[in-house]
Amino acid sequence: MSYVLGCDVGGTFTDLLLINEKTGETYRAKTPSTPADQSIGVMKGIKRICSDAGIKPTEVNELMHGTTVATNAILEGKGAKVGLIVTDGYRQVLQIGRSFVPGGLAGWIIWPKPEPLASLENTVEVNERIGARGDVVRKLDKDSVVEACKVLKKQKVKAVTVSLMNAFANGAHEKKIRTIVEKELPGIPVSLSHEVLPEMYEYERALTAVANSYVRPTVGKYLVNLERALKKKTGDCKYKVLRSDGGLMSFDNASDRPVSLMMSGPAGGVAGALWIAKQSGFKNLLTFDMGGTSTDVALIENGDPQLRRETRVGDVTVRMSSLDVRTVGAGGGSIGRVPELTGALRVGPESAGADPGPACYGQGGTEPTVTDANVALGHLPPSLIGGEMKLDVKASRAAIKKAVADPLKISVEAAAEGIVKIVNENMFGALRLVSIEQGYDPREFALIGFGGAGPLHANALGKLTGSWPVIIPPGPGVLCAYGDATTRVRNESSQTVVRRFSETSSKEVGKILQGLTKTAAQSLVKEGIPKKEHKVVWEIDIRYTGQGFALTVPCKVQDFDKNGLEKAAKAFDTSHTRMFTFALDAEHEVVNLRAIVMGDAPNVKAVKAGKGGPSAASAVIDDKHTVWADGKKHKAKIYDRAKLKAGNKIPGPAVITEFDSTTVILADCQGVVDKVGCILITPKGWKGAKKSASKSKAKK
Amino acid sequence: MAKSKTKAQIIQANKKPFKKVKIDAITLDIIESAIRNARFEMDATVFRTAMSPGIREQHDAFPLIADRNGKMVVGQFGSFISGFLNNYDGTVEEGDVFFTNDPYKVEGAVSHANDWLIILPIYYDHRLVGWSCHFGHMTDNGGKVPGSMPTDATTIFEEGLVTPPTKLYKKGVLQETLLELMLNQVRLPQWNRSDLNAILAACRVAEKRVKEMCDRFGDDVYVSATQAALDRNLRAVGGLIMQAIGEEPVFFEDYIDDDGRGYGPYKIKCTMWREGKKVILDWEGTDPQAIGSINFYLNENMLKMFWGVYMIMVFDPEILFNDGFYDLIDVRIPQGTLLKPNFPAALSCRTHALGRIFDTFAALLGQKNPEFLAAAGFSSSPHFMYSGTDSRGEWYQLYQIGFGGIPARPHDDGPDGHSMWPSFTNVPQEYLEAYFPLRIEKHETVADTGGAGFFRGGNALRVDYCFLEDGEISIHDDRWLTYPWGVTGGEPGERSSKVMFRGGYDTGVVEHHQSKCDNIKVKSGDILAFITWGGGGVGNPLERPAEKVALEVQRGLVTAEGAKRYGVVCSNAGKVNEAATKKLRKEMQANRPKETPVFDKGPDLTTILANAEKETHLVAPRPPVFQASSKLAQAAE
Repeated sequence: MSYVLGCDVGGTFTDLLLINEKTGETYRAKTPSTPADQSIGVMKGIKRICSDAGIKPTEVNELMHGTTVATNAILEGKGAKVGLIVTDGYRQVLQIGRSFVPGGLAGWIIWPKPEPLASLENTVEVNERIGARGDVVRKLDKDSVVEACKVLKKQKVKAVTVSLMNAFANGAHEKKIRTIVEKELPGIPVSLSHEVLPEMYEYERALTAVANSYVRPTVGKYLVNLERALKKKTGDCKYKVLRSDGGLMSFDNASDRPVSLMMSGPAGGVAGALWIAKQSGFKNLLTFDMGGTSTDVALIENGDPQLRRETRVGDVTVRMSSLDVRTVGAGGGSIGRVPELTGALRVGPESAGADPGPACYGQGGTEPTVTDANVALGHLPPSLIGGEMKLDVKASRAAIKKAVADPLKISVEAAAEGIVKIVNENMFGALRLVSIEQGYDPREFALIGFGGAGPLHANALGKLTGSWPVIIPPGPGVLCAYGDATTRVRNESSQTVVRRFSETSSKEVGKILQGLTKTAAQSLVKEGIPKKEHKVVWEIDIRYTGQGFALTVPCKVQDFDKNGLEKAAKAFDTSHTRMFTFALDAEHEVVNLRAIVMGDAPNVKAVKAGKGGPSAASAVIDDKHTVWADGKKHKAKIYDRAKLKAGNKIPGPAVITEFDSTTVILADCQGVVDKVGCILITPKGWKGAKKSASKSKAKK
Repeated sequence: MAKSKTKAQIIQANKKPFKKVKIDAITLDIIESAIRNARFEMDATVFRTAMSPGIREQHDAFPLIADRNGKMVVGQFGSFISGFLNNYDGTVEEGDVFFTNDPYKVEGAVSHANDWLIILPIYYDHRLVGWSCHFGHMTDNGGKVPGSMPTDATTIFEEGLVTPPTKLYKKGVLQETLLELMLNQVRLPQWNRSDLNAILAACRVAEKRVKEMCDRFGDDVYVSATQAALDRNLRAVGGLIMQAIGEEPVFFEDYIDDDGRGYGPYKIKCTMWREGKKVILDWEGTDPQAIGSINFYLNENMLKMFWGVYMIMVFDPEILFNDGFYDLIDVRIPQGTLLKPNFPAALSCRTHALGRIFDTFAALLGQKNPEFLAAAGFSSSPHFMYSGTDSRGEWYQLYQIGFGGIPARPHDDGPDGHSMWPSFTNVPQEYLEAYFPLRIEKHETVADTGGAGFFRGGNALRVDYCFLEDGEISIHDDRWLTYPWGVTGGEPGERSSKVMFRGGYDTGVVEHHQSKCDNIKVKSGDILAFITWGGGGVGNPLERPAEKVALEVQRGLVTAEGAKRYGVVCSNAGKVNEAATKKLRKEMQANRPKETPVFDKGPDLTTILANAEKETHLVAPRPPVFQASSKLAQAAE
């Protein structure tokens, strides 16, 4: 038998999912994460899940892994000491950055400036200069490199980045420097800016290449240790790790380019949502992944998640493709409060975290969190099914009363509703960012809610966005692991080629795209995926000459035998009009060309849910529950999700509990269980989704 | 100030008055967040679609969303719509979009003609529910010099296109003749067209969002909520004023070094006190208007917002700011001064006065509350312009904003080489090199230029432009003469300079240029070092931890010599000599005055002027000559 194993390491839990490749049968497991060395938790989880499934670890054929090792190294400031080698005159490239101070007028008074990822004392200049067109203005002075290496050696740096001016146009000097560094500082990994990111803008390129070095020793060590431990247990097995852009890469490639793993975790969620929604028959989705401290949202159009040309973690924004996942600092642990001067109710970004946690956990938390508000409203029943923990309703109410209800002179229930509404509004803001602000109408999308707290708020968010149905997948707490297990291998290769359309030709662009395709395909072949299984897509970043931002337009390499550029220009104008309400009669300009090569997706099918009638009566475990809404008490039922069958209808208000999550259905809505076990929530009497003529893009 | 009457006639097809609805605190928070999100969308739209590097990369553009009376609900600089409503003698109808860049016709809503302003009334169900506005600095506005900010102009007529408030769209129809006429006056019509489009698109985004909110909540609720948001801010700022501002007057004066015509320095003076609930900002004592273009026609509402935001940031950054508190501030600016010049005074180089006003606010707000006091550093937004015809025969023209040392803050150092303006960023050097005949040989901050202090002022920025084509440049900067002051024991920051290396670094031909000049010819191979100012320091430098000073020596932000200003003796590699440091600190402490003055402005003005040429290589300016109010102005009234 052969099995695929998905494994997602989150901040609190390591989620695992084992899938029988033939039957589609699945097993789930959850073990506490082990932040000091994540591989320990992973190995424990594998042991547990294999024994649950009654298989030998050697039967696992492929392991797909989503990891937050790179993310945490950056968030916690625990990356390596990086040495940075730059062109003479640019030592402070990271110190100055883009000179930007956030926070609006007079924001400088309070802005805490973060320290650069490579310290100035570890940044050294070398004598050389490449011009804007790749011409050598001053030859590389090798002695200056040797001198630079001496400084870095003395500083005991653990990784080195070389980022020279205009290296995107000519990487020869960077390569020469690598040779010297490898000789002078043996064993220290070297990242070159033009290899990590062959794009214009010296600060962004340097930062991205430095971030790569910053997480490289940590990620490298982790992957090596994990691979060694895995090999012992599983024997011959393919190990892959999920990248920020939703693709998979081998452990080897990941060790060289760990900057592409910074959003590996959230990408798993998107991939998982995509997979289950596909089984359920939905292609246009807003994903809503709400955890304890933060919430990730993303938009999926026609089965394709939106990609963004940057990845943001904490203060660090690098130019690496990632799924366009927006994160807001709002989750179940976000704290509600009323500042004295304004008397306005604020929720977050402060979070009670895991320790002390919400007041209802009874671990000493005294500030009211979103979870407490849900407790007070009856959304979270005092004892959760399968849960070891009892929730302290009194503590929740007391915390809300003191911090919110009393200052605002309103009831505890009204205050709790206020907290939930405000946090919903913040999350709605994030959903708008990925939908409305990109020109998409959220009413043409279904909303899929998961993560520990997503199913509690998803119905309310559906009302705000008008996105129906709201989908609650089975096992919403381990959806990321599904994502890991069901993703395909993906590699991309890109190049900056700044040329006006009049300065180039379809033929020339086509040639470059073919070259990029070859490069991107090589690493897949290396990972054992034969060429005939490759699927390739091409993209071209275009702008009007003079603009700073480009839009990404998909294209076909075959078209460039003829009128590829013309076609791309048309697509660009359409896209520009959709996003910005106008197109210009100005010349188009190519900025970047890109080829993306993908392997086949694993053939994993969801398990069909058992069939049942419309009545969900047999799943009711409490029919005398009360919930609060609009300042009134409502009678509600509590259901056990494990007992729900396909076809069951659940009228709101209702609370559905399962081992890792709780779902709320509001009074004016109802849920239906579909064939793969998803709960589809819609307003009562709902007539069907809004449909537009062509694709689902909103029209101006 | 005598309030002139609203001239503009607002036409609404639906005459039904808005119903006042009671707004609960939570709905208000939601609507406020939604309006704020709409504003960020305006930013995003402009930055992504504008063409000039000034707007696109540097973000020299400012949005706002106002309530139906024209008061800003979200934005940065406060609403100036009243200036438009008071002066525009015509109708405002559904579908109209207004354009203007005439400071004198909108009470300074825009303060120089380079700022192109779009004002868009938002109608819902044929009733006016709000306004969206946006202005952006155009790289070129026509006139006598590329960049349209002539330092030697004496009237606004030399500063290019000046358009009074005019309908760019009449009831939804674009007035193409007007647009083409405007674009025909400027050197880079494609950039102006695109930038104007971008600004308009941003206003449209806000319009769309406001309408959606009316859909979602109801228009009566929306309109009431905007009022409630303003009221809430009025209460919050009112409380803050009572806490933070005393009844005893405090005053501060500072200088603009020169007017670019050889006269200076010009004094800006403000006295602040509280009477009951109201704060008075009285600019009596500010010098009369200049003959040249450094005058700043200051919109009083905008000034209220500048002050209010400063106060909020200093004392309680949690407060969301809007126009609600305007009635609590009384601004008094004497007519005919630098800050309220008579028409048709030249205005284009007002950026220096703008910066200095912020330094003045910091000083006024902090001098009785030293724990909240930041140092000076807001010299201005220095400008650099470079234009010409390249060897392929194509016209190139760059307008770029420079940055400098952020002042030391009450609780932290000032960042090096950063922007004091909201949302501004630099143009990537690789971008400059790809699109202009330039090679940027250095882009770094200058060691020791930040004022020493317990908290160090930020270092000045140095950008070395190597010109690759013959052309001409303009420079607009300040603080080359007077110092960015330090506070509570901190030292002033270093002054700015502009040094030209003709033919390259090695030829030995070095020129020192004025901080305000136009039409400087450059040859291919010349290098200009554009060096800005450092921020002032905060607190006693002798108390700054020696290891921190030494680390900064190792980082190249302070030199070993400069470390001595902190009483720290260390090697170039940043190794502290502890005994020598202890001794030096003791000696220096003994020489410090018993009572630390609140401000350290460096030497007195007489000494500064006497030493100017020796220290700066530039001749000291002559005392300003003030002219009587212009005849043309009287004729216009």
